[in-house]
Amino acid sequence: MYATNYHRAFSVADAVRLKGSGDETKYVSGGMTLIPTMKQRLAAPSDLVDLRHVAEMKGITVSGATVRIGAATTHAEVASSAEIKAACPALSHLASLIGDPHVRHMGTVGGSVANNDPAADYPSAMLALGATIVTDRRRIVADDFFTGLFETALHDDEIIVAVEFEAPEKAGYSKFPNPASRYAMTGVFVAKSAGGVRVGVTGAGSDGVFRHSGMEQALAGNFSPDALSGVTTDPADMLSDLHGSAEYRANLVNVMARRAVAAAT
Amino acid sequence: MTKVTMTVNGRQVSGEVEDRTLLVQFIRDKLGLTGTHVGCDTSQCGTCVVHMDGRSIKSCSTLAVQAAGSEILTIEGLARDGELHPVQAAFKAHHGLQCGFCTPGMVMTAVDMINRYGGALDEKTVRENLEGNICRCTGYHNIVKAILAAAAEMGAGRQAAE
Repeated sequence: MYATNYHRAFSVADAVRLKGSGDETKYVSGGMTLIPTMKQRLAAPSDLVDLRHVAEMKGITVSGATVRIGAATTHAEVASSAEIKAACPALSHLASLIGDPHVRHMGTVGGSVANNDPAADYPSAMLALGATIVTDRRRIVADDFFTGLFETALHDDEIIVAVEFEAPEKAGYSKFPNPASRYAMTGVFVAKSAGGVRVGVTGAGSDGVFRHSGMEQALAGNFSPDALSGVTTDPADMLSDLHGSAEYRANLVNVMARRAVAAAT
Repeated sequence: MTKVTMTVNGRQVSGEVEDRTLLVQFIRDKLGLTGTHVGCDTSQCGTCVVHMDGRSIKSCSTLAVQAAGSEILTIEGLARDGELHPVQAAFKAHHGLQCGFCTPGMVMTAVDMINRYGGALDEKTVRENLEGNICRCTGYHNIVKAILAAAAEMGAGRQAAE
């Protein structure tokens, strides 16, 4: 790892101020992606601003149907939260599948969403739940937030403070994990709400997480796995790498979507 | 260099580190506690697992400066007064190790899962919670047996104490 300078923030305002500390300052929360990436010298931030001690970014609140999860809430906290289990058990399930217990104790919702790894779990849920990404300066709907592989609508110094969504009537998540990394080779989150059905797909798209409009239309009239039997996914839009070809992933999208619908509660 | 202070195995310790120093390097090289191992160095094998503020974490993927002010528990902090911790004793009794390299991480992971699940641990849960720990010798069966035995014993101990 190249040398870096560490700063610890205790408030969001503090963090934004500290972001100006060096030429290439990065925010770090759990660090479960960033620290390994720095060890491999694939990232070399001059400065790090630690967000783990910012109290206003922590915690889960459910008021009525509105769920708000602080960005610095860990995957383990989301997975074990009684409030999340009651409001959206599919999201608890998703959090419980990320990495391993040690990663879940450190990694955070905000970190996952801000990094927008094309194989990360949370972005699919954010899209399918029609979540709002709340930053230190504005509210961004998920449809406008994820803009490509590792790309988001965030400005350089902008911080995700929380994510918010309305609890769906039903939702399900199913992922086919890479046997070694446990990242999603395909993960599908389906959510049914009064406004219709939304389907978010991660790990498969060549341009990162995406909504599957064909599946959303098919499920709108008939929310059952069978409704998806005739829906196809174009391999031209899929990732292809040593873990699986585009055609393989296109098929996995359908299989995972059927399982997600079958599991939806 | 930055001065970091943290509590390790109940004792307050300080040291000068570079900001890029990993927690595992601080524990091994500065404190001389070499029970915490580095296996893969790529965040996959779990031999470096320690507890930070009561939760299992990978000390190879955490900076020492991130851990400043926290309470760290390493494998050296488990035994009390020369008596093995019940999880350590169970690994011995059930032959939950062969070469022993992964054992510190396995034991710290086991203690963490018993803390979280208590007597509700079953084999499936144990295996799921070993996701982040790799053993290349045992095939895991005896590790799982040891953890289940320790969980049962610690659960029984808790009931007896109540």
